[in-house]
Amino acid sequence: MKLRPNALFIVLLVILTAGVAGGLGLMGTIEKLGRSFNDSRYISVTWVVLPVIGLLERYGLKERAAAIILNLKAATTGRILLGYLAFRQITAALGLISIAGQAQTVRPIVAPMAEAASGSDDEAVREMVRAHAAATDNIGVFFGEDIFLAISSILLIRAFMAENGYDLEPIQLSIWAIPTAIAAFLIHGTRLMLLDRKLKR
Amino acid sequence: MITLKALYFLAGLMFAAFALLSARDARNPRRFANGAFWGLLATSFLLGDQLGDFGNGLLVIGIALIGGLGLLGQGQPLTTTEEERAAYAVRWGNRLFVPALVIPAFALAGTLLGKKLMLLGRPLLEAKQVTLISLGFGVLAALALAMWWLKPRPIVPLEEGRRIMDQVGWAAVLPQTLAALGAIFTAVGLGDWVGAIVGDWLPEASRLAAVAAYCIGMALFTMALGNAFAAFPVMTAAVGLPLVIRLHGGDPAVVAAIGMLAGFCGTLMTPMAANFNIVPAALLQLKDRLGVIKAQMPTALMLLVANILLMFWLGFR
Repeated sequence: MKLRPNALFIVLLVILTAGVAGGLGLMGTIEKLGRSFNDSRYISVTWVVLPVIGLLERYGLKERAAAIILNLKAATTGRILLGYLAFRQITAALGLISIAGQAQTVRPIVAPMAEAASGSDDEAVREMVRAHAAATDNIGVFFGEDIFLAISSILLIRAFMAENGYDLEPIQLSIWAIPTAIAAFLIHGTRLMLLDRKLKR
Repeated sequence: MITLKALYFLAGLMFAAFALLSARDARNPRRFANGAFWGLLATSFLLGDQLGDFGNGLLVIGIALIGGLGLLGQGQPLTTTEEERAAYAVRWGNRLFVPALVIPAFALAGTLLGKKLMLLGRPLLEAKQVTLISLGFGVLAALALAMWWLKPRPIVPLEEGRRIMDQVGWAAVLPQTLAALGAIFTAVGLGDWVGAIVGDWLPEASRLAAVAAYCIGMALFTMALGNAFAAFPVMTAAVGLPLVIRLHGGDPAVVAAIGMLAGFCGTLMTPMAANFNIVPAALLQLKDRLGVIKAQMPTALMLLVANILLMFWLGFR
């Protein structure tokens, strides 16, 4: 059997070497690895959406999403993704991060819509469009969520700054996330409009 | 009270089903590797709290060896053809979106109302986890609705779920493994060491240089660790607090808030942030596993510059 080591294997090696070299010992490193993996299961638990998404894909969800876009003359890849960017930033700012996501919305709905709007049959172009759909989801969430008061990053900043003698209210931190959120919308939005121009050629 | 454990149990059952279906999938030449991989993940979700730290560690090593040495194959559940899907799409129309929207509707309702639900005078849902737990209920409701309308055989959702899961493959456990890497780095004190080096380099920087060093340092250290949360305490202690805030008089709220966001720019540029950058590439079947990062890179770099300027303009009033 041919072995093809990938990033997962390399991460495992780095974990074991860093732990042992850092003085945790082999047993200690394995225990730390096990505890951390077990404590972070919430990261992988969202895969429970797959049976629903797979079932709907079987009955044509992606095709239906594409068909809607083909009937809308004004729909372009850039405009669809711009709308999704605004939706993600605004809802994330209200704390509604889990209402959309890569498995739930990007793969079955947003990416097929953006691909259909590109009007291209070239697989390389379609892959690039799908990559932009995923990127837009990330950018929307990252630069929307910090406006929400109770998000974990705000809590972390507050706790760390308090330890160092600065008592900050969550509202102070979330207000200063707004300028960057606007900058993110302007920068990424402009890129999406330029993507439309590139696709037209 | 319903806690995250209930959702872990649900996920565990799903992975166990993926494992069994994988193992009997005669069209996958690597079927036993797939069966073992998803089976170990199912064990983690079902029994993780009983295994102890060392047992869990061995389990992760098993998962990482099967997935990391490229032993997984692609399961081949029977699904519909492109032509059939096009015909179904016409037949079912926009109704197909309804179950897909039930999931976020539950997550939304749960986030807004979940903490208020009471049963016999006690909260029904674990307050800290209402959104994820509601997401789980949303999945069950969506599944019930879709099964009622579409009337597939009962095994179909699991087989279709396994089809997507195998497309993601080993990348599915990379985020959790990287979280463990971050924990190891913290445990061996890597952060303090990097912080000391960076802090020694920049004793007399100008105001703009200090701001730039802090923001770029946040982005770079986030890229190395894959997580802005891990980079924040280190870079803020090394550069943000002593230089930007104390030496140059920066406003702590502005500096800390924008410093974290500069770290998020780094998250967009690193394969170490696997759940945002590598998993979606697998999920969207991109040949280039770095395709999502490449799409994000120009935005991330421009936004990093924007963050430096915003901190410089807004942080010293």
